[in-house]
Amino acid sequence: MAGKLKLATVWLGGCSGCHMSLLDLDTWLIDLAALADLVYSPIADQKHFPDGVDLSLVEGAVANEEHLALAQEVRHKSRVLVAMGDCAVTGNVTALRNQLGAPDRLLQQIYVEHGDARGVLPAAPGIIPRLLDRVVPLHAVVPVDHYLPGCPPAAPQIRALLKALLSGAPPPAGGRFG
Amino acid sequence: MAARTLTIDGQLVSARAGETILEAARDAGIAIPTLCHLEGLSAVGACRLCLVEVVGSSRLLPACLTPVSEGMEVRTASERLQANRRALVELLFAERNHVCAVCVASGNCELQNLAVQVGMTHVRYAYLTPQCSVDISHPQFGIDHNRCVLCTRCVRACDEVEGVHTWDVAGRGVNARVITDLGLPWGEATSCTSCGKCLLACPTGAIFRRGTSVAELERDPRRIAVIVASRQERW
Repeated sequence: MAGKLKLATVWLGGCSGCHMSLLDLDTWLIDLAALADLVYSPIADQKHFPDGVDLSLVEGAVANEEHLALAQEVRHKSRVLVAMGDCAVTGNVTALRNQLGAPDRLLQQIYVEHGDARGVLPAAPGIIPRLLDRVVPLHAVVPVDHYLPGCPPAAPQIRALLKALLSGAPPPAGGRFG
Repeated sequence: MAARTLTIDGQLVSARAGETILEAARDAGIAIPTLCHLEGLSAVGACRLCLVEVVGSSRLLPACLTPVSEGMEVRTASERLQANRRALVELLFAERNHVCAVCVASGNCELQNLAVQVGMTHVRYAYLTPQCSVDISHPQFGIDHNRCVLCTRCVRACDEVEGVHTWDVAGRGVNARVITDLGLPWGEATSCTSCGKCLLACPTGAIFRRGTSVAELERDPRRIAVIVASRQERW
């Protein structure tokens, strides 16, 4: 194989717990660095998602316009896309707000009615992305190749998936859902 | 008792007359996924997971309710059945709010296990995200309708094993809910003996013992069969 593989990790609407689990791989991260270059990640200093990524792990549900645009860009520029963790796979905790109605009403309740005396709706166009009407799992907006459930997935599960996919093998079967 | 000979997935199986396809298959070591079925309780065929193909029948038949017959040819794992089962489990996940990460039963849940068993990796349908209540008016137990799959195992355990029938089902379709004493809060349902058999029978985190938090719930639904078997001497 010519050159190292390009690996990216993406953080959408999640708590970053899946990335903490990735970091729990400890010294295996050194082995991983020999297999692949981390070209985009919340733990790497890279502002734009690059072209020609071999494998992208996406944490989090799609909850706002920025998540949606990034998910589409990541899909477009990635050969293999993995929904990493329950928020990306099911919506999970991020999607709990779906039961509570439209986001405008929620923001009003949280920031104005239950906020302090000067409570205002957060509004900064171009800085704070607008919430989508509903939080959806990753596969609801882009095609997903593999699913890694768990809240968060345990580090050994992430390692098993990375080992398989980076060597071109199918991902390990079994485990547990949710 | 008369014996019946049939084939299940090409395997020659001998069963007693009156046994169901599910019993015959399990005796022969052939696994058919189930959810509403629980040994010790009557079968109702509500969840449709155990549907099988029987040669000569244009309809799929529930293995838990269909008696074996001589020369019957049964298929339990065709591509069509597997696709149906995967879709059924996905629909169960889509219909209520099964948020495993914050559920008392996570890791001890028959719905989670079924997802793995039928090869479900994600839910292809839009989640309905209904508003569901949680009733913790009972001093010992709670019912979280977000996690209920309407299998009615609680209803049957309460009626058939405890002999009380505190539980029943109200409403239709996606609005159906299990209820206590004609819709009273559980804590006010005076017929309830607080025996906990509904808790034993529940396959998910819908009925829980109060004070158990995420992933702490453990139970053994086989206790229902033990209770029923140990009563047979006297009753």
